[in-house]
Amino acid sequence: MAGLKLKNIMGKIAGFFTAASRSGLLWPVIFFGLILLVNALINPGFFDIEIKDGRLSGSLIDIMNRSSYIILLAIGMTFVVATAGIDISVGAVVAISAAVSAYLIGGTLVVENGVQQYVSFMPMPVAIIAALLIATALGMWNGLLISRMGLQPIIATLILMVAGRGIAQLITSGQIITIYYKPFFFIGGGYLFGIPFSIYIVAAVLAVVMFLKKRTALGLFIQSVGINKTATRFAGINSSNIILWVYAFSGFCAGIVGLLVCSNNKSADGNNAGYNMELDAILAVVLGGTSLAGGKFYIMGSVIGGLIIQSLTTTIFSIKEIKPEANLVVKAVIVFVVCLIQSESFRKKVAGVIFLREKKSL
Amino acid sequence: MADLKPIVEMKGVKKSFPGVQALSGVDFRLFEGEIHAIMGQNGAGKSTLIKILTGVYKADGGSIVYCGTQCRFRTPLEAQKKGISTVYQEVNLCPNLSVAENIFIGREPRRFGMIDWNKINSESEKLLKRLNVSIDVTKLLSSYSVAIQQMVAIARVLCISSRVLILDEPTSSLDEQEVNELFEVLNKLKSEGMAILFVTHFLDQVYRITDRITVFRNGTFVGEYLTKDLPRVELIFKMVGKDISAMSAMPQKCLENVSDNKEIDSLLEIKGMKKHGSMNEFSLDVQKGEVLGFAGLLGSGRTETARLIFGIDKPDQGECLVKNELKNISSPSDAIELGLAFCPEDRKTEGIIDELSVRENIILALQGSLGIMKYLPRKKQDKIADEYIKALGIKTADAECEVRTLSGGNQQKVLLARWLATKPSLLILDEPTRGIDVGAKFEIQEFVMSHCKEGMSIIFISSELEEVIRVSSRVAVFRDRQKISELSGNDLKEEKIMHTIAGGQ
Repeated sequence: MAGLKLKNIMGKIAGFFTAASRSGLLWPVIFFGLILLVNALINPGFFDIEIKDGRLSGSLIDIMNRSSYIILLAIGMTFVVATAGIDISVGAVVAISAAVSAYLIGGTLVVENGVQQYVSFMPMPVAIIAALLIATALGMWNGLLISRMGLQPIIATLILMVAGRGIAQLITSGQIITIYYKPFFFIGGGYLFGIPFSIYIVAAVLAVVMFLKKRTALGLFIQSVGINKTATRFAGINSSNIILWVYAFSGFCAGIVGLLVCSNNKSADGNNAGYNMELDAILAVVLGGTSLAGGKFYIMGSVIGGLIIQSLTTTIFSIKEIKPEANLVVKAVIVFVVCLIQSESFRKKVAGVIFLREKKSL
Repeated sequence: MADLKPIVEMKGVKKSFPGVQALSGVDFRLFEGEIHAIMGQNGAGKSTLIKILTGVYKADGGSIVYCGTQCRFRTPLEAQKKGISTVYQEVNLCPNLSVAENIFIGREPRRFGMIDWNKINSESEKLLKRLNVSIDVTKLLSSYSVAIQQMVAIARVLCISSRVLILDEPTSSLDEQEVNELFEVLNKLKSEGMAILFVTHFLDQVYRITDRITVFRNGTFVGEYLTKDLPRVELIFKMVGKDISAMSAMPQKCLENVSDNKEIDSLLEIKGMKKHGSMNEFSLDVQKGEVLGFAGLLGSGRTETARLIFGIDKPDQGECLVKNELKNISSPSDAIELGLAFCPEDRKTEGIIDELSVRENIILALQGSLGIMKYLPRKKQDKIADEYIKALGIKTADAECEVRTLSGGNQQKVLLARWLATKPSLLILDEPTRGIDVGAKFEIQEFVMSHCKEGMSIIFISSELEEVIRVSSRVAVFRDRQKISELSGNDLKEEKIMHTIAGGQ
C-alpha cells in the first residue's frame, strides 16, 4: 500500500519533470532554486521579507528589483535570438535613451526662496515618450540593416553599439547630466504598494509579451523565421517585416531600461549607462534555454535567466570567502558549468560515459 | 550461391523512434560478389537498416554478423575501418577543394609532420583508376560533372580493405550516360568480389544491375528474392501491399475530366513575362480545373517560371491576369491572397520548417494569410491538422511530432496539406515526387487528379516525362530558359516531348 503511494508520488514527480523539460524551463528553474538554496544556507535570513517604512524589503525583493534591467533587455533579446539574430547594441541604446530623457528633463537645480522647485525643461511624459520612440527607431534601424540590406545581425548591431555611445555623449555634450526633477525618480526608484515600481514595469511588459505569444501568431512566425527564413517567406509570411519589428521591440525594451537607469542614478552618463548590459542580456536568454541558432524560444526562461545572473552576483558578493577580485572569475566558472549542463549533447556524452562504465563492470 | 556464407547477416533487427516502430524484426543478407537492392516505400525502413549496419544508429534488438563474427559498430568510422564503405544520398564533398583533397580529407598521409601531397595525388589517381576514371586530381572538384563527383565520393570511402559498399540513391542526380558509367564501375567492383548494397527508387536500374532484392514494407521484412525470379509488377505489389490495377486505370480518369471542363474561363494568364538572366519572354495560361505540365531538363526554366508566377522573383516585364483581372504579384503573400500556392522543389530548404511540429507546418500558410492578430484557436488548428493527416495518410505518431522526424514522402504530404488548407485555386507542384517511392508517387498523382476534378488548377513540374504525361492535359516544354512549345491531345507522348526538348520539332 505504502509502496503504491510512493509509486504514485514518484509518477507525479516524473510527470512534473517531463512537463517542465518540455516547456524548456526545467534546467533554469533547477539552477535558480540551487542558487537560492545556497543563499539560504549561508544566510539564514535570506528568505525573510519585512516591511520597513511601508516598503517590502529583503534579499529576494532586492534581487528582483536589481534584475529588472537584465530581464527587460532579455525579453527583447529573446525574440531577436529566436529569429537567429543577435542585438549587441542594446547597451548603447540604453545610454542614448538615458541621455535623451535627461536632456529633455533638463539638468538645472532651481531654488526659490530657499526651497527646491521641481522644474523640467520639457513635460516629463514628453521626455519619456521621446526616449522610447528614439530607442524604438534605433532598433528599427538595426532591423532595416538586417532585413532589407542583408547585413549580418552581429555586424549591423555592432555599428550601433560603437556609434551609440558617441551619440549618447553628443546628446549630453560629453557631460554627465544630473537630474533634479523629483517626479522622474519614481520610475526607477519609486515604490507602489510597497513594491519597487520597476517590478511593475517588468510585469507589465512580460504580460503583454506573454499575451502576444499565446493569443497571436507572433510566436509561430518568429520561430518559423528563425528556423527557415526562405521557407517561411515561401509560405506567404513577410519574414523581413518580422525581423524588422523584432529588432524594433528590442530597441524599445532598451529604451525602457534607459529610463530606469537614468531615473535610478538621477543622472545620464553617456559612457557608462548600460555598459556591457547586452552581454548579460544575451547570457540570460541562453541560460533560459533559447538557442542562439534560433527557433524555439522561452520568454519565462529568459526571465529566470536574468534572475539567475542577478542572484549569482548577489550571492558571490555575500560570500566573504571569495575575494572581490575573484568575483568575475567565480561567476564565469559557474555560468560555464551551467551552460555545459544545459547542453543536451554534453549531458548525453556524460551519460554515455557513465553508462559504458556500468556495462563494463557488469 | 545459396550455399555461400553471407558476408553480412542481420537477423530480427529492431529499432524504434519516439512514436514510430521503424523496424520490427527484419532480416537481411548480403553476399560477396553480388549487387543487392533493398526496396520499399518511404518509411519502410531502408535507411534505418543501413544506418544500423553502418553504426549511425544503435539497434534495439536483433543480431548482426559481419565476416562470420557477431558485431555491432558504435560509430560510422568504426564500420568504415572494418571495411563497410557507405556513400550517403547527399554527397558531402567540398566543391572548392581539389579532387585529391576531397578523397583524403581528414586522413591526409603525413611525412615529417607535413601533409604528403605527392602521395595524396598519386594515391587518388590510383583509387580513381580502379573506378575507370582518369582525371587530373589536382583540379577543383567543382570543375567536374556530377557523375565524376559521385565517383570521387565512392573513391573516398573505398579503401583496399573495403568488402562492402553501400550506395544510397547514387543515381538520383545522374543522366542516362552517367548512370551507365556508374554501373560499369559497379560491375567491375562486383567481379572483384565486393558486396554492393544499392538503394534506389528507379525500378529500371534495379532490374538492370542487381542480382538480389530484399523488400521491406512498414518496417517489416516481406521477403528476399533473386531479381530474375521477381517480375516488376510483383515487386511493386510487394512493396505497396495493394492491387496495382487500380493505379493503372488513372490516366483515363484525368483525360475525361479535362474534356468536361474545356469551356470554363481562364484562371491565370501570363503575357510576355521575362526576367533577365533567369527566364526569356514567355506567355502561358491555365484553365480552371486543368493540370498544366511543365517538361524540360533541369535548369531549362521550369522552376524559374514557377518562381516568377508566385512572386518569389520579380519579373522585369510582363502582365499577370488572375480570373481575367490584371494583378500585381510582387511577393508570395500577394500570390497566396490571389489563391495561388507553390510547393517548391527543394523540400528541405524551401518547404518544411523542420523543428516545428506537423500541426504548425500545416497551418503555417493559412495563418500567414490570416495575419498575426487573427490567430487560429488551438482547437481549430488541431482539427485542421488531424483532418489532413487523415486525408493524405501522413504517417506520424501525432500532430505534435517535429516534422523533421518524418520520412521524405510524408514531409511532402505535410507540405501539400499546408497548401490545401489555404484552399487554393491554383497549386504549383515543383517536383512533388522526387526522392519518393512508387507508392507515395501514385498517391500524390492520384491526389492531383482528384483535386483538379473538384475545380482546382494545378501546374505540375516534373523531370519524369511519363509522370507529366500521366497527370497533365497540356504540357509546356522548356529548354534553355525558354518556353519553346505547348503540347496537348495526341501530341502528348513521351517521344514527342523528348524530340521537342532536343530541338527536333
